[in-house]
Amino acid sequence: MIPAIVVFIYLAIILYVGMFAFRRSTGSKEDFFLASRSLGPWVFLLTVFGTNMTAFAILGSSGLAYQRGIGVYGLMASSSGLIIPLTIFLIGTRLWSLGKKHGYLTQVQYFRDRWECDAIGTVIFAVTALMMIPYVVIGMMGGGHTLDSLSGGWVPYWLGGAIVAVVVMLYVFFGGMRGVAWVNALQTVLFLCFGAIAFFLISRNLGGYDRIMAEIAADPKDSALLTRARISPQEFFSYTFIPLSAMMFPHMAIMCMTAEKVTSFKRTVVWYPICILLIWLPSVYLGIVAAHQFPGLKLGESDDVILRLLSENTDVIVAGILGAAIMACVMATDSQIMALSTMFSQDVFAHYGGARKYGENVQVWMGRAFVIAIAIVSYVLALALEGQKSIFDLAIRFGFSGFAALSPMMLAALFWRRSNKWGALAAVLWVVFSMGLLWWLQLYSNGLAPKPGQPPVPIFAGLGGLFLRTPMNVTIFGYMPVMFMCLGSAFWMALVSLLTPAPTRATVEKFFPPSSSRPLPST
Amino acid sequence: MKTKHWLAALWVLIVFILHQDFWNWNKAGPLLFGLLPPGLTYHLAYSVLAAITMALLVRFAWPAHLEEEAPGDPQPPDTKS
Repeated sequence: MIPAIVVFIYLAIILYVGMFAFRRSTGSKEDFFLASRSLGPWVFLLTVFGTNMTAFAILGSSGLAYQRGIGVYGLMASSSGLIIPLTIFLIGTRLWSLGKKHGYLTQVQYFRDRWECDAIGTVIFAVTALMMIPYVVIGMMGGGHTLDSLSGGWVPYWLGGAIVAVVVMLYVFFGGMRGVAWVNALQTVLFLCFGAIAFFLISRNLGGYDRIMAEIAADPKDSALLTRARISPQEFFSYTFIPLSAMMFPHMAIMCMTAEKVTSFKRTVVWYPICILLIWLPSVYLGIVAAHQFPGLKLGESDDVILRLLSENTDVIVAGILGAAIMACVMATDSQIMALSTMFSQDVFAHYGGARKYGENVQVWMGRAFVIAIAIVSYVLALALEGQKSIFDLAIRFGFSGFAALSPMMLAALFWRRSNKWGALAAVLWVVFSMGLLWWLQLYSNGLAPKPGQPPVPIFAGLGGLFLRTPMNVTIFGYMPVMFMCLGSAFWMALVSLLTPAPTRATVEKFFPPSSSRPLPST
Repeated sequence: MKTKHWLAALWVLIVFILHQDFWNWNKAGPLLFGLLPPGLTYHLAYSVLAAITMALLVRFAWPAHLEEEAPGDPQPPDTKS
């Protein structure tokens, strides 16, 4: 019970932070949705990192390391440490500049202007909003389960989810983007500090990690956890495409527009890999330690091993504080709800005349109303579909691939002046088609899925190794589908753009000013 | 693109390739400080290399022109009537 009380104190603190942000607000559209584009370098770093940090980074990574070993760090963390800051460097800085120059609040506004087409903006809005909803629902579910677990069942799942939904809804409703940014910054600091303390305390209680590692290395059954034997080279390589999704997430793209200056990005891109290291290394390492402490857990059961280690190896107060830190990651839904609210109020309400007819003030209140609507709908879905969590997990895994496969479209918009709306539309349709195909293949092959440790199984015997089923995924010749989705998206973007008319000279001049070194293309 | 931008791109490509450390695939030991298996040690170092790479990009390939292109008071984009 004491850990749950500590978590409640933490929730009260972040609620206060959100309310404090409300007192600083000016009431304008830019202030509510983008914190007046005023975030300085350190807050920006902590906020961007906190925004992109989800429950998966802590609970999922340790659970996966439990099953597959230390290779999970290289698979997901070190590749992200290069690719994510690189995309922030290349894409985030440009989005910031475009937002400041043209007054954009969302990436959809940019796409509408860049592709000279309303409809494609609406298509991109619909596709990205649909892919975001499972993340919000999973966040609500995670909040409910974590409070249930930390309180020993005293706070049931439905109540825990409701508490998380209300707290997030209140500080987003009142604080807007400034509230989200401050809470995310606080959460990141909390996690970085107390994650290190947890790592040390668990080690001390277990008699040192060196002893445990020596025992794992000496055990023929467990020693594979210290290698990458349970990850194929194809999977390891193709997984490097997944971090391309980061800047295509609406909440990340919108967050990039909140920086005060472009120089705010410098600290973020340099320190981002180190922040990933500080969060993921203990998580993956503790997953290996847990495999030694609690052997025999199946896929899914191993997701809470870090909570088990905490509760068995730290006192209740520390476990509560660390539980609050885990809640911080679980509650990354705040920025996602904020992004959906911004997109709805700007890309739908304002775009289709609402702002012009009713004014900016009404637009802000529409954004706030949408925050309440998303929180309620997500909570109801989290309650009604609790037993279907695996569907949402699957949707999130597919969502990462889908967002990653949209990245060629963003890169083309920013750097290739010949790219046009038809290429962008072809790329989006390719992403929708490939996600649908993969979803069907995944469901079709569920009955064929091998057990962990067993080799992949061909889904269609006549097609050889084209479509293989692993315990968790469908692969293509052993590679993650995201690789082919990204390459296909880039191919269609390029081919269709070249076969159709170039964008107008006015659009090219608007987004590639004449001061650029290369000559303008003929239109 | 300027020469330094090509060099930066080449460096990023090299770092990207270095992520595929196939030579550490099945090595369980020796453990660094009795704690870290070779594959994990390598990728810890790789994370630091990624941070250094980003610092080099910030130093030599920073898009400084973006600050000049972005005025203080943005014009709102057109909305459909």
